[in-house]
Amino acid sequence: MSDTTTGQGGPVSAGGVMLAADGRPLKQSLARAQRRQRLRAFLLVAPLLAFVLIAFVAPIADMLFRSVENEIVPETLPRTVAELRRWDERSGSLPPQEVFVAMARDLQLAETRKLHTRVGQRLNYEYTGVSSLFRKTGRRLSRMGRELKQAFVGLDPAWGEPATWVELIGAPDWREAQAAWAARRARAGADAGPEPLFRADPAIAALLPQTADFYAAFARAIQTEDGDSPTEEAPWPLVYDALYRDLSGGADLSRHTGPHADLLRAAAAAVPGFPPVSIRDEMLKVDDGWGDVAMWQTIKAYSGRFTNGYFLAALDMKKTPDGIAMVEENRRIYLMLFWRTLLLSVGITLATLVLGYPVAWLLANLPARHANLLLILVLLPFWTSLLVRTSAWKVLLQQQGVINDLLVWIGLISDDARLVMINNQTGTIIAMTHILLPFMVLPLYSVMKTIPPSYLRAAKSLGATNWTAFWRVYFPLSVPGIGAGAILVFILSIGYYITPELVGGTSGIFISNRIAYHISISLNWGLAAALGSILLFAVLILYWTYDRIVGIDNVKLG
Amino acid sequence: MSLPAYATPLQRIWHYGFRVICGLIFFFLIAPIIVIIPLSFNAEDFFTFTPGMLALDPDAYSLKHYRDFFGNPDWQQALRNSITIAPVATLLSVGFGTLAAIGLSDSNMPFRRTIMAVLISPMIVPLIISAAGMYFFYSRIGLQGTYWGVVLAHAALGIPFVIITVTATLVGFDRSLTRAAASLGAGPITTFFRVQMPLILPGVISGALFAFITSFDEVVVVLFVGSAGQKTLPWQMFIGLREQISPTILAVATVLVCVAIALLVVVELLRRRSERLRGMSPS
Amino acid sequence: MTPRKTAFAAMAGAGILAATAAMAQQMANTMTLVSWGGAYQNSQNQAYAIPYRAMHPEVEVVWDESSAEAVAKLRAMNEAGNITWDLVDVVAADAIRLCDEGLAMEIDHDEVLAPAPDGTPASEDFGELIVSDCFIPQIVFSTTFGYRTDVKEWGGKVPTSVCDVFDLKTFPGKRSLEKRPIGNLEWALICDGVPIEEVYDVLETEEGIKRAFAKLDTIRDQVIWWTAGAQTPQLLADGEVVIGSTYNGRLYAAIVEQKQPIAMLWDWQMFDLDGWIIPAGLPEDRLARVLDFVRFATDTQRLADQAKYISYGPARKSSAPLVPEHMKPHMPTDPANAKHTFLFNYEWWADYRDDLDARFQAWLAQ
Repeated sequence: MSDTTTGQGGPVSAGGVMLAADGRPLKQSLARAQRRQRLRAFLLVAPLLAFVLIAFVAPIADMLFRSVENEIVPETLPRTVAELRRWDERSGSLPPQEVFVAMARDLQLAETRKLHTRVGQRLNYEYTGVSSLFRKTGRRLSRMGRELKQAFVGLDPAWGEPATWVELIGAPDWREAQAAWAARRARAGADAGPEPLFRADPAIAALLPQTADFYAAFARAIQTEDGDSPTEEAPWPLVYDALYRDLSGGADLSRHTGPHADLLRAAAAAVPGFPPVSIRDEMLKVDDGWGDVAMWQTIKAYSGRFTNGYFLAALDMKKTPDGIAMVEENRRIYLMLFWRTLLLSVGITLATLVLGYPVAWLLANLPARHANLLLILVLLPFWTSLLVRTSAWKVLLQQQGVINDLLVWIGLISDDARLVMINNQTGTIIAMTHILLPFMVLPLYSVMKTIPPSYLRAAKSLGATNWTAFWRVYFPLSVPGIGAGAILVFILSIGYYITPELVGGTSGIFISNRIAYHISISLNWGLAAALGSILLFAVLILYWTYDRIVGIDNVKLG
Repeated sequence: MSLPAYATPLQRIWHYGFRVICGLIFFFLIAPIIVIIPLSFNAEDFFTFTPGMLALDPDAYSLKHYRDFFGNPDWQQALRNSITIAPVATLLSVGFGTLAAIGLSDSNMPFRRTIMAVLISPMIVPLIISAAGMYFFYSRIGLQGTYWGVVLAHAALGIPFVIITVTATLVGFDRSLTRAAASLGAGPITTFFRVQMPLILPGVISGALFAFITSFDEVVVVLFVGSAGQKTLPWQMFIGLREQISPTILAVATVLVCVAIALLVVVELLRRRSERLRGMSPS
Repeated sequence: MTPRKTAFAAMAGAGILAATAAMAQQMANTMTLVSWGGAYQNSQNQAYAIPYRAMHPEVEVVWDESSAEAVAKLRAMNEAGNITWDLVDVVAADAIRLCDEGLAMEIDHDEVLAPAPDGTPASEDFGELIVSDCFIPQIVFSTTFGYRTDVKEWGGKVPTSVCDVFDLKTFPGKRSLEKRPIGNLEWALICDGVPIEEVYDVLETEEGIKRAFAKLDTIRDQVIWWTAGAQTPQLLADGEVVIGSTYNGRLYAAIVEQKQPIAMLWDWQMFDLDGWIIPAGLPEDRLARVLDFVRFATDTQRLADQAKYISYGPARKSSAPLVPEHMKPHMPTDPANAKHTFLFNYEWWADYRDDLDARFQAWLAQ
């Protein structure tokens, strides 16, 4: 290194330590130079690394996260999830009234936020029928507890006034902020911005916990979703049900001094005479699906923030109250698809090896001039668009296509017995072998070029037959090339999507095609992510093996 | 490889038999690509040789599929999109990739192997997984369905090729040249552009061509990350193939084969130049 | 800078500039309409977009053939907060779903859409076809069968009932069916003797599903499964199949426009609706433009015009008399064609789709 050269010419200090030109000890100076170089190298790499991390690694991490994420259930149904915790799913009996009430409230809020069908769909992946149950119930919720509302309003019309509720539940400081906003709005119109978000009075929340919680949720939901104000909208009937429950639960109002204390006390006194309302019965009346214990068990099983449900589904398994079990025989597809993807990829890898080995050998042993010419025949397909090659195969392999026409013309097959070579595994294997063959030939060729032909001659001169010389001498030397090519082809083929999609029909599709299906058609993104994660895991293991055997920096192109 | 005069008949048969087999494999490699070229001049809307074509009747051939390609606004828009996306993606991958390859070829680079593995991974990770991940993630950050989303995605996919080709040229790069330049008073930027760049240029250009063709041919990622405004040529071909193979696709395919041939020739010339520069024999 | 550096930087700059400029240009005046591609999209282009552009030459119309993935893409756009579509053509089931999830804009049909020429408000003119607050109906279409008229093996017989699709003895040859359970399971049960009104009840039971699959098993070896509506006409025209299901309008194009030897089999056609939705959350200026376009594109005359190009029934009652006489026999709603029909049950499929799809895929893969 040049620094060393400078150092050797430099002075030597008294202690015998070599000094650099600037008088520092050489060792230190060298270390510094090296640090600087290291930093320089790192700074050169850093922009790209950051770019790849953001544009490529982060998306993949995000996908991995989606495969376990289950936020939508606890976010959308928080009250239900909390109540379900107290229910013993193994008892075999329906959850208690509180769970139904919580579900009704959660669904009412979800319906306003337009989330009820989405959470229904999420749960429908696990239990068929939840989707329409939620949808159907969502439409009827606004009528649930109507009798109670009538009873309250009948007792005192003030209960029908939005203002009563705002004054009763709203926090005093929120009410002030709201009044100030209303004044601003009267002056400035829309420029006043949105109404301050509703806050409940902690005192009333301690006294009437269910009412305060649900009324606040109602107020915020109509503020954010519809741009309405709680000062103008009377609450949902289900809010009256919450009040009914708080009051009949024996709320101690004797020391309450807030607004409308008398109204509240009057209501508390009248509540025992109100018609009995059971949300559970009302929900069962809307749809007897609510009486299905197995459905409630499913909701409880999938109420966590994270779930292994998608991974289980990706492996044809499901959760049951007794643990994890395989799904019914006639619904199993993914294991079979993974298995098929694996088998077809192995088949394609072998096919490319069988076809690629002789070609690579010929290329490596021909004079350079001829070899270069023939190499073009390998490189041209490599550079040609994947879609061009796939369309070529589609044209060739069709029943009315070129190959069948040719075979009929030669007379090998009759016109009505044309071969079916497309939309099945045959089509996928032929087309993919063709497409991936260059990826086998090129690594093989680069390894074979390094094997001196004299080895074979030496073996033969020592009495080996052609076959022995090849099998005992040449072949072992070409194994690194086989390894490199095989892993590369295998990695590429297990993730293939386009070609199987276009020529694979039903028996020639890969796991990738199912991933695409779940992303764009069935919208089960969690399952798509789980399937993708499993595939990714398999590829990364192979990648690691490849790195071990060949070394990433030894990959060559063209 | 020539056959010695004392070869036995069996060896003779094997020798020629082997060549025939290899010939057939080469035929398998090249024939599907060649066969679509005459078919693209078919005067009918068929995907097979009509009797007229086989009889070399000039009336059986026509340019109508090419006229459709060049006259149809859908195909033209797709071509324009491909042409606006691929170069910008290539520029990004080459810019970042070349710098990084220079850094990576420095023996002082920490975590070299790990970083290399990360940078090469876009080539290894199945496209459908990259596409799915980008679709979800770019949706979150507002890039899904935008021009820049597709460009970034394609740039990421092109990076491994730039890294690989540029690192390969740097293996033969004599570092004493940069030191010589430095000792003669050149600053690092001048050294880079006047000394290092011309020498590694063949690698950079072939990396760029690989990155370009990656973006230009890519369909899976753009299918998910893009929207109608970014419909590229391969995307339009994919739609065509999935629904109905109109013969226009064969005309497009022929044009793309010509592009491939042009690129192949350029890369081959560059490789030879680079080897000459590095004093290696041309093969 | 050295000349080479300058050139390099200039090149880089020019590339990025050109790209950005091209993009900005695109966003300003383009309206992205999402549809299904093929003959259907062409009919929309002819009947709505071209006349509209004649009046508003400044508006550029971009078509995106992504209707099949509309829900997925709209969800992604919604998450991203970047809606790139202006108007999306979807089937009724997807419209309901998009509306439920808040991804489509709820509209007041009478305010947004033009009344009939006699003044009947739009909501009455469209009537019960408005299946969701977000849905602007355009057409009634059906999924039904077409068959080749020149099959020697059939000995002059032609299929007259949907059950002939399952009859390999009398009508040998390949069939094409859609690669999804919807429609196929219903037909299988109908041909297995289940009365139409009981089909969905039967499908809810395990035995019913088994029965449907058993019926499909009888022809499975002879089926090519399609995923895009244009495939069956293509397969029929190429002679790759002798009978196949697809949307009736696609068959019309093959029969009447391309003069292919194909005929319709209307028995037990499955009705469905198709229409526009406006994505929720469009910016003011784009929304205004789209509303202007929609009002034009769904008026009585335009809907009737579309029927010139494709044989789908216009969704407005007032358009029916304006449908050209020669198109009437090709309409799915024509009394001669509509002896046996059923309506695709959106709600039922919303529930059972995931489960039956898994079953269907497992069955296909066996």
